[in-house]
Amino acid sequence: MEQEQPKKVRSEFIFFAWRNAKLRIGVSILLVFIVFAVVGPFLVKYDPYEYSGPMGAPPSREHWFGTTIFGQDVFSQFALGTRSTLTVGLLGGCIGTMVGILVGLLGGYRGGMLDEFLNVITNIILIIPTLAVLIIIAAYLEVRGILTQSLFIGLTAWPWAARAIRAQTFSLRVREFVDLARITGRSSLRIVLTEIAPNMMSYLLLVFILQFGGAVLNAATLDFIGLGPTKGVSLGLIMNNAVLWAALQLGMWWWLLPPGATIAAIVGALYITNVGLDEIFNPKLREM
Amino acid sequence: MLSLERVTKVYRLGAFGLQKLIAVRDVSFEIGEREIVSLIGESGSGKSTIGKLILRLTPITSGTIRFEGTDVSTLNGLSLKEYYRRVQGVFQDPFASFNPIFKADRVFRMVRDEFYPQVGMREWNEKVEGALRAVGLNPPDVLNKFPHQLSGGQLQRFLVARALLLDIRLLIADEIISMLDASTRVDVLNLLADLKARGLSILFITHDLSLGYYISERAIILYRGRIAEMGPTDKIYNRPLHPYTEMLMESVPRLDRKWEEEGRIERKAALTGSVPGGCVYADRCPKAMDICTREEPELKEAETGHFVACWAR
Amino acid sequence: MLQVENLTVYYKTIRGYVQALEKATFTLADGEIMGLAGESGCGKTTLGHSLIYLRPPMNYIGGRVVLDGQELPIWDMEKMQEFRYRHISLIPQYAMNALNPTRKIGKMIAELLESRGVSYSEILPELKRRLDLVQLTQDVLKMYPIELSGGMKQRMVMVISTLLNPSLLIADEITSALDVSTQKAVCEMLVEFRDRGFVKSTIIITHDISILYQIADSIMVMYAGQLSEKAPTEVVFQDPRHPYTRMLIGSLPKVGVRYQEERLRGIPGSPPQLLNPPPGCRFRDRCPVAFGRCTEVPPFLEISPGHSVACWRAF
Ligand SMILES: Nc1ncnc2c1ncn2[C@@H]1O[C@H](COP(=O)(O)OP(=O)(O)O)[C@@H](O)[C@H]1O
Ligand SMILES: Nc1ncnc2c1ncn2[C@@H]1O[C@H](COP(=O)(O)OP(=O)(O)O)[C@@H](O)[C@H]1O
Ligand code: SF4
Ligand SMILES: [Mg+2]
Ligand SMILES: [Mg+2]
Repeated sequence: MEQEQPKKVRSEFIFFAWRNAKLRIGVSILLVFIVFAVVGPFLVKYDPYEYSGPMGAPPSREHWFGTTIFGQDVFSQFALGTRSTLTVGLLGGCIGTMVGILVGLLGGYRGGMLDEFLNVITNIILIIPTLAVLIIIAAYLEVRGILTQSLFIGLTAWPWAARAIRAQTFSLRVREFVDLARITGRSSLRIVLTEIAPNMMSYLLLVFILQFGGAVLNAATLDFIGLGPTKGVSLGLIMNNAVLWAALQLGMWWWLLPPGATIAAIVGALYITNVGLDEIFNPKLREM
Repeated sequence: MLSLERVTKVYRLGAFGLQKLIAVRDVSFEIGEREIVSLIGESGSGKSTIGKLILRLTPITSGTIRFEGTDVSTLNGLSLKEYYRRVQGVFQDPFASFNPIFKADRVFRMVRDEFYPQVGMREWNEKVEGALRAVGLNPPDVLNKFPHQLSGGQLQRFLVARALLLDIRLLIADEIISMLDASTRVDVLNLLADLKARGLSILFITHDLSLGYYISERAIILYRGRIAEMGPTDKIYNRPLHPYTEMLMESVPRLDRKWEEEGRIERKAALTGSVPGGCVYADRCPKAMDICTREEPELKEAETGHFVACWAR
Repeated sequence: MLQVENLTVYYKTIRGYVQALEKATFTLADGEIMGLAGESGCGKTTLGHSLIYLRPPMNYIGGRVVLDGQELPIWDMEKMQEFRYRHISLIPQYAMNALNPTRKIGKMIAELLESRGVSYSEILPELKRRLDLVQLTQDVLKMYPIELSGGMKQRMVMVISTLLNPSLLIADEITSALDVSTQKAVCEMLVEFRDRGFVKSTIIITHDISILYQIADSIMVMYAGQLSEKAPTEVVFQDPRHPYTRMLIGSLPKVGVRYQEERLRGIPGSPPQLLNPPPGCRFRDRCPVAFGRCTEVPPFLEISPGHSVACWRAF
């Protein structure tokens, strides 16, 4: 009996998770791309920047996704680009979530001056146009890698997450189990880590997914306007080049469509997953 | 043992704390050894705030709270921990008092981590089982379970057991039975009575007057953060001096007598804004005189041990 | 006059049916104020709701409800619309906090009446008379719900829900969140509404039995989805026949009773799960006088006029 209940709770979660069509669709799409990001680069036959074929050729057996105007293999660029875009999304999303959690938990639990201070910083970063700052920073740096890009994106995307987590923390910290931990003599840090954070796990997962989606989009935007990594490929960079060389006007859809559709699909799938998870975590939204 | 001297608590609300809410004002009372004192008042009258001030869960605005002579606000670090070893609390909502994602007996483990890290696991488990039995629970029935697998009454007794693991002298019980069903209520009440027999003092916070009578020898009637009346429970219940207490006693649904037809119960019963200079009860009081709206009555002793704050007395 | 026969309502969940109301049979006379009491989770709200609005996942399983000689199609959400509010009115638990905060109260009432095909302006004089009666100024019609205190809101809700003189009013825990003085005012109002004929009969759902002692004509006690006992109020207190009722009354603290003088006793144990309740009398586990027969479900039988009990020991 004792052992049964928690299992039931977990299996109920899986039951609802499986029944939720949005989650199934979202996760499936994501899985496809993640698998592709891992496996894809091994299928690559050409160096992405090597002039390996005829210029501007449509998809063929040699070049599955055709070639660019210079004769580079689009599939090679695409496979490596998907990997780096997902990496930036993951890293940027992690950094954004982490900073958001830290600031949100700290301000929300301690309140007072510290909270006011963090709140001001949060609001400043929230108000200044993120993209403009990213552009300025990106333009300033001569060598830009995937890591630096993730860092920029993560460090500018956390404010809304911090706000949401702060609000959650506020509502949790007045719960009686927190008072109980306090009169047991627990330190604030331990209370935040062992009482409050575990209760927000589902919420933190949602925050991470949204940060992930946002980071993918931000990275693509930066690349697209030519401020992406100076070395390497990414989906945004492919699109940037395609647009630069007027792929659309020349009817070279195979150059522009795969990266564009993939970014849309990844971000879309993340949002659908988010809605699905929300429905599962929030019993009120569960459909019986 | 515990004394409050002109304790005031002001909450700051709104952006930058510009608005003020006076939750408790100039409250003084004492709790003696082996005494159960009821703190009675309607919701919002400041009962929980007083409990939280005593437990150092919210900072005091002015006044002093002393426990065995020591000013509680001076405690920190180790001395605060020693204070919690002797003064503990149990709160209103048994379900909210447990972190829903952990097993309920985690509250015991936490006590061991913080206060008795040197005690061996075997010895500790015995101690926990002893405490559970002392509150009328059968350890195998309740250990190793999640909060949602236990009833409200069981959880509430769990919390009392948790307090018993420490060498407590004073227990702050904030509406601990208001969420329980009648059938389990009495058991928790009786448990408090047993604790008193073991030498504990209890501040029993409640809005239910019949519970207060059953359990306590002294009662404090709180109204809008002020003490209206304070004294031996039977005097307060049978010969209330303050018009507010009178009104309360007439409205308690008793099982031994029906409400009088059309008592003088005000149906207005709407609280209107903040209180100006006079008596906090003046706007509802049937006995209000001129002075009541101008000057605030002080708490004064009407007969031995029985205090009232009312100009009409 | 309300007659309920074998009314059975379950909640459909992924793990099966929660048997929250099992074969309820009782009558409610005109002019009767009946209190419905029992531990939380015993099915009081379910019973109240099933007479008017089967909110999913409630499932109608069987039984009949007859109001003033007419059978109610309670299994049919559409057809029930005709009876709701006009003939049966429900004040749900927490109703006073559920008032739409963005609507002025007068406007809200007008919309409600319109949806029932009643003209607001025609009923306005009566509405004002009733507001006077409960000592609310007519200005409340121009106010937003947040501008009223808890007691005022509860009185407002009572006036609204009885405006069309329904035959039956169901009030679910309307006094629970109130202070004793407002509690008393609201209770007195319920009696007054009955006396003035605004409602014919009333079911008051509450877990606070001392309130029922004050105003109810009869009390019905439920346990784990089944009716245990129904009797006139005095009889319930003087001569309860179901062991659960007895223990419940024995556990109530009374002003004037101290633990040193008279130690009250609770009821050991806790109610059974309603997902797969044990067969037979559901109180059996906690019952001090249970015997072999109790493995069969005791019928809810009238043992003297107006006094019904479901216990093998009482027959
Ligand atoms: N943390 C808080 N911040 C602001 N106001 C509060 C807070 N806690 C309580 N109050 C206010 O203080 C008053 C007294 O509250 P409380 O002590 O909880 O009363 P009681 O326990 O008697 O119901 C109420 O008006 C309440 O709204
Ligand atoms: N939506 C629901 N789904 C499943 N079970 C429910 C639902 N609502 C209530 N129940 C169950 O039905 C039983 C009766 O509930 P309720 O009528 O609300 O009790 P009461 O009003 O007496 O406290 C309880 O055991 C409760 O757990
Ligand atoms: S029927 Fe049996 S078990 Fe049920 S209440 Fe009566 S004696 Fe107890
Ligand atoms: Mg309180
Ligand atoms: Mg209910």
